[in-house]
Amino acid sequence: MDTPLTIADREFSSRLIVGTGKYKDNPTMVDAIRATGTEMVTVAVRRIDLDRTKEEGILYHLDPEEFLLLPNTAGCYSAEDAIRYARLARAAGFTEWLKLEIIGDQETLLPDTHATVEAAKILVDEGFKVMAYTNDDLISALRLEDVGCVAVMPLASPIGSGLGIVNPYYIREIKRRLDVPVIVDAGVGTASDACVTMEQGVDGVLMNTAIAEADDPVAMGEAMRLAIQAGRLAYLAGRMPSREIAVPSSPLQGMLG
Amino acid sequence: MEGGCERWENMTSRSAMVVHINGKNREIPEDLSVKGLLEWLELNPALVVVELNREILDRERYAEIDLSENDVLELVHFVGGG
Repeated sequence: MDTPLTIADREFSSRLIVGTGKYKDNPTMVDAIRATGTEMVTVAVRRIDLDRTKEEGILYHLDPEEFLLLPNTAGCYSAEDAIRYARLARAAGFTEWLKLEIIGDQETLLPDTHATVEAAKILVDEGFKVMAYTNDDLISALRLEDVGCVAVMPLASPIGSGLGIVNPYYIREIKRRLDVPVIVDAGVGTASDACVTMEQGVDGVLMNTAIAEADDPVAMGEAMRLAIQAGRLAYLAGRMPSREIAVPSSPLQGMLG
Repeated sequence: MEGGCERWENMTSRSAMVVHINGKNREIPEDLSVKGLLEWLELNPALVVVELNREILDRERYAEIDLSENDVLELVHFVGGG
């Protein structure tokens, strides 16, 4: 059996964190999120559109009693921006939890790890519980842990790409070396990707597009819930070694003459 | 609520002032507090964060802070995101 996922001072029985963007409508989003069994969802901070007819905000659909809301700094390209958004998010949600994300390139949406470490240091000092999105680079991961992030979140592959985990070797190394939880964030496309990711031994997975852009997001949410469990159990079970020669599964003795 | 555009069109210039809200110049009634502005905009103060001239305001202070000409406001809230 598994132990809970512990991040900072809080325990979670689900190892899946889900984003709330890109769904075709709010009821689908809520049903899909519930199907995943997640206990934490990300939200973004944006200007209120004052020229449109009032529509229900996302908090109308997501009960903060049911899910821990994790504000992100999505859309930020500098430490200064991310810090500004973080402070707004804290004021909006009465929460210290934060997913720090600073992008360095608009085309690939790869993180600016230098700016992320800089911003993380400042935000940790201000009392935020920073979960930092980064790439699969061990050195950046170590630096983020050094400055006090409560979790480090290396990508499997670029945001929205659905490519799955492109560098399992580096992800395993990051997990081996860090003490804080390692949660793979970005790039998961389907259930097998989530399963393979958990088999690397990481503590959890964050995904958004894989569920939101599935033909049937609710079914995919359920698939992901199972995949995360299967991958985690397989990891805890200790897999057989792989090898380049065959070894028979049935005895060689006792064959008929 | 009726379409949001109407309130901007129905402003009379007699009792109005210009502030910048969410990147746009807007005419709003004079002598509004932040709380008054949110009410005028039909926004729920519990769901909105207000940044006034780059300072994030405590919700408890919304009623005490009056707006002035050329104030720069950002009104933000949570939306879906990954």
